[in-house]
Amino acid sequence: MSLQALTYLFVGISFAVYIGIAIWSRAQSTNDFYIAGKGVSPIANGMATAADWMSAASFISMAGLIAFLGKDGSVYLMGWTGGYVLLALLLAPYLRKFGKYTVPDFIGTRYYSKAARLVAIICLIFISFTYVAGQMRGVGIVFSRFLEVDINTGVIIGMCIVFFYAVLGGMKGITYTQVAQYCVLIFAYLVPAIFISLMITNNPIPQIGFGDKVIGSSTYLLDKLDQVSLDLGFNAYTEYSKSNIDIFFITAALMFGTAGLPHVVVRFFTVPKVSDARKSAGYALVFIALLYTTAPAVATFAKINFINSVQEVEYKQAPNWFKNWEDIGLIAWKDKNNDGIINYSNGNALEGVKPNYIDKEGDYGERATINNPDLSNSNEIYIDNDIMVLANPEIAQLPNWVIALVAAGALAAALSTAAGLLLVISASISHDLMKKILMPKITEKQELFFARCAAAAAIIIAGLFGIYPPGFVAQVVAFAFGLAASTIFPALFLGIFYKRLNKEGAIAGMISGLIATSSYITYFKFISPQLNIAKNWLFGISPEGFGFFGMIINFCIALIVSNFYSKPPKEIYQMIDEIRKP
Amino acid sequence: MKLNYWQINLLILLFLLSIWFVVSFGFGIIWSEELDRFKFGGFKLGFWFSQQGSIYFFVLIIFIYVFLMNKLDKKFYKNSIDSQEKHKE
Repeated sequence: MSLQALTYLFVGISFAVYIGIAIWSRAQSTNDFYIAGKGVSPIANGMATAADWMSAASFISMAGLIAFLGKDGSVYLMGWTGGYVLLALLLAPYLRKFGKYTVPDFIGTRYYSKAARLVAIICLIFISFTYVAGQMRGVGIVFSRFLEVDINTGVIIGMCIVFFYAVLGGMKGITYTQVAQYCVLIFAYLVPAIFISLMITNNPIPQIGFGDKVIGSSTYLLDKLDQVSLDLGFNAYTEYSKSNIDIFFITAALMFGTAGLPHVVVRFFTVPKVSDARKSAGYALVFIALLYTTAPAVATFAKINFINSVQEVEYKQAPNWFKNWEDIGLIAWKDKNNDGIINYSNGNALEGVKPNYIDKEGDYGERATINNPDLSNSNEIYIDNDIMVLANPEIAQLPNWVIALVAAGALAAALSTAAGLLLVISASISHDLMKKILMPKITEKQELFFARCAAAAAIIIAGLFGIYPPGFVAQVVAFAFGLAASTIFPALFLGIFYKRLNKEGAIAGMISGLIATSSYITYFKFISPQLNIAKNWLFGISPEGFGFFGMIINFCIALIVSNFYSKPPKEIYQMIDEIRKP
Repeated sequence: MKLNYWQINLLILLFLLSIWFVVSFGFGIIWSEELDRFKFGGFKLGFWFSQQGSIYFFVLIIFIYVFLMNKLDKKFYKNSIDSQEKHKE
């Protein structure tokens, strides 16, 4: 069968399964819709959490990013897994004991304040939409490359599927669909990784394989990659190039941000018991670790394969995948020295970095760009990191069914995360905003209706993000984690561990964390991006890591302000005592 | 002095979070370069901690926590947990 037919088959079967599950498990009550009736087993919840968590960014972009960054890429590996330790130990069991529906629900109740609830809703909606925008772009890329349909058609198909099971099934439908999606995505990630590990090092376990020797030589793969990287003018692959303090802060911001992400936190409301919430976080991390420990191996293999297959190759002899991805617009070649041979090294190939294609072929048949070449270096290739995972099976010349599988896996990753996010958005609007603040008199049935409308509206907005992708997606990811770390995490953590914190302290803390983090990031990312270099940063902390600093500010302000106002009421003390018991 | 449930819980957290800190921020970042002098297989040790080891430890930490807390719950709240189980059935 041709690649395209196989891809249609795999994607079609997986979509049919998702829809089948949605019909079987549709939600009957608000309890079902928000927290799946608290009836999800810890293992199923662990898988669903993993699928919820591992987005298009984890599946498609992360390995490519690590391949590009080398050891600096470790911040993502440690940051996006270490957060689960914080979640399991500091938040999940207590929030499960609290037992209500949403993150703003906890904050609003614990700090006995509608204002606190409102601040939490604003942060939550901002964080979640930032995230959704990235998912829809992932769906678009996969559809346009593998199914050869228009990006917009792809996004609309994706929207319809998510619409169907999120609006109909609520949390219950989403949870069981995510279990299926986890199985698809992890299988799709591991199969090519194992294939490539066998090809390069003859070791079937990629986690060990990338520390092994290259077949038929006595050099270790990582040593070889270090050498090749240095030869091409990059940093050594296995050494940090950023400063230790920056690496430290970025990792911390990602960890605390992960623990404060509303769509992840809310998953632990769905299990039957407190002890299940702890166990469930453990399973979730096992399922996540399976992909996250494979990713650095994939990164290493992909980088060496990529260099081997393009470096000093004549363009006319370039492999097919190179030309396919040129058509999609994720790779470009500018022949700086007019020799018809591809040269890959450190530096930007094009002025203005991203290629602006014109409808013409260059001298050797390449897709021409109007960018001027960046003559400060000899690199001739523009490559978008995203293609490392997607093109990896093609680069390694794996069979067609593996490539089709990767397409289905990438879609599973993007759709599962999008659905989870849409649900938190809709729950916070229907439950927190409508029921708890604006229209407290509505019945459960009306609330469920509002929840479905909010989910539908959120899907349409997310789809628009996919069709008209805002150029700022990559920049705002730092924002999402920074805000989660500097607003939501401290409010939840102090709410459980520090009884004396009153509403004045909590609100002041959240607002100062929000302002500090967002103004620092906005300044360096949007207002004066040309100043975004290490020597201008406060204590050498990049905008990506500033969320951790914002969190420290939040803690200090909250504790100081809290002491100037009266203690929280007696009921709050009792409530905290209650959630601290298993 | 006899510790209550919450105080023991805090000690467990302190102990496990220090391991969490040492394997990631310690071995993976602060002392990573020193550890890189040691090698096992093709991995430099500091590099291994930052891209593999820390994650294995994270998983281990959560399961140790689950084990310790289940024991602690039983010791202090045996009756209420039994009734929760019954309630579930």
